[in-house]
Amino acid sequence: MNISIFDSTGPIMIGSSSSHTAGAARLARIAALIAGGPFSRVSFGLHGSFAKTYRGHGTDRALVFGALGYREDDERLPQAFELAKHAGLAYDFYEINLEGAHENTAKITFFLNDGSRQEIVGSSIGGAQIVIHRINGFETDFTAQSPALFISQQDRPGTVSDVTAVLADYRINIGVMKVSRKEKGGLALCTIETDDPIPEEAVQRLKKVRHVLSAQAVNLMEEDE
Amino acid sequence: MSGMYRNFEELLDLARKEGAPLWRIILENEMQISGKSEEQIFARLEKTFGVMERSASRALETPLSSVGGLITGVSSRQNAYAQSGRTFCGAALNRLMALALSCSEVNASMGKICAAPTAGACGIVPAVLIVVRDQLGLTRDETLKGLITASGVGAIIMANATVSGAEGGCQAECGTAAAMAAAAAVELAGGPPETAADACCFALMNAMGLVCDPVAGLVQVPCAQRNASQAVNALLSADLALGGMHSIIPPDEVIGAMYSTGRMLPVQLRETAQGGLAATPTAKRLFQEIFRENPLKDSAES
Repeated sequence: MNISIFDSTGPIMIGSSSSHTAGAARLARIAALIAGGPFSRVSFGLHGSFAKTYRGHGTDRALVFGALGYREDDERLPQAFELAKHAGLAYDFYEINLEGAHENTAKITFFLNDGSRQEIVGSSIGGAQIVIHRINGFETDFTAQSPALFISQQDRPGTVSDVTAVLADYRINIGVMKVSRKEKGGLALCTIETDDPIPEEAVQRLKKVRHVLSAQAVNLMEEDE
Repeated sequence: MSGMYRNFEELLDLARKEGAPLWRIILENEMQISGKSEEQIFARLEKTFGVMERSASRALETPLSSVGGLITGVSSRQNAYAQSGRTFCGAALNRLMALALSCSEVNASMGKICAAPTAGACGIVPAVLIVVRDQLGLTRDETLKGLITASGVGAIIMANATVSGAEGGCQAECGTAAAMAAAAAVELAGGPPETAADACCFALMNAMGLVCDPVAGLVQVPCAQRNASQAVNALLSADLALGGMHSIIPPDEVIGAMYSTGRMLPVQLRETAQGGLAATPTAKRLFQEIFRENPLKDSAES
């Protein structure tokens, strides 16, 4: 049996719905890690079932809670709005129609303090599991089951091998790698899922690689894996 | 790592070959696929069961409010009634229902629960484990072995069928939870692996075809009632098996039947709140009352 007993009995979570509450909190938390930060405003576009039933399951509070960086099994989740006020995080919700998207999908826009924006689209697919589909318009497919690197780069020959060379120096093994671009030779997003956590030093070195514009590591806490 | 068995029959074969209870084989499999030690796994089980115990007791005395408030106070009222001496099903079964209802109430009020196998069905396994533990005077470790049995059965159903209400209806959520709890109750009572498998079969038989029809789309009604009734289903299925009844349909076929039945259910009866109780005039009125205020602003963006 390749399914863990903690997948059938679990997750430990805040109710009332693993997809609309726990999954929503997890989605926003992972999205915030990808966005980096710091940010003081976040905007949530809710699609499908998220938009229709968000109040009954506390999806709104769960999303804000996750964006603040709290875990989905933290009992302070119902106080998310008060916590956001205290932390100086502004938030708003709007309904959005994302063609062909999963019923429980959100488009989350983080307004960073440096004036830039990070726009992340992801879905809560049941059992508190999530998938990040798009980051700033680039397609990806990240389920937050392992640590990952998100690298924004110019689509030039040799860039990918320069990036993997840095990872090799830190003995970080690559599990999955996906490069997505909008046009040849333009901007590209490289998603690298790794078997090991990514040290900050490696991220700093990656930022100095030629044609790399930004690098963000998402190292998950133990029970995320 | 694919593990030691793929379905119930292979699990039973291993248990027979090693002369071991199901929980022992399930634990060995867990150690193999996770690379964790027995101590590490028991530590996590301890944490899991701690959450289950708290959610099964929190609403026993204190009603918890929730959006819509459709089930606020059901647990404390059932708990008081359980002790009244006037019940048909007896104090133990009424307490069982109150424990399951407490979990449902905690879940609806955005409190902490452990999905088993889902949040909507989170009351069944805890209520059964607690009542069986208290009735048999089991130690903490013995009770956690029951949790292993239950979780192992849940994993088999996840792998070979579904535990999602959106895919298989309530039978996949609360029916699976009853099957998990029934197998655990048999093993905790000292029944052999085949008897645990029989109990699992009966629990699924008794829930076959049960639809998911949440009123106003909330995880409250009839979810709370189903948590109470499926907890009773778990114990009566365990009693039927321990009493000597044998399932003429083997467990993997019963699980397969549950899965195919779920896929035959129209989408209106699979968590969409468009059929069953959710489609009644009263449910529609409740939906309007609860969700009318504070609609989302519409956005032209796409």
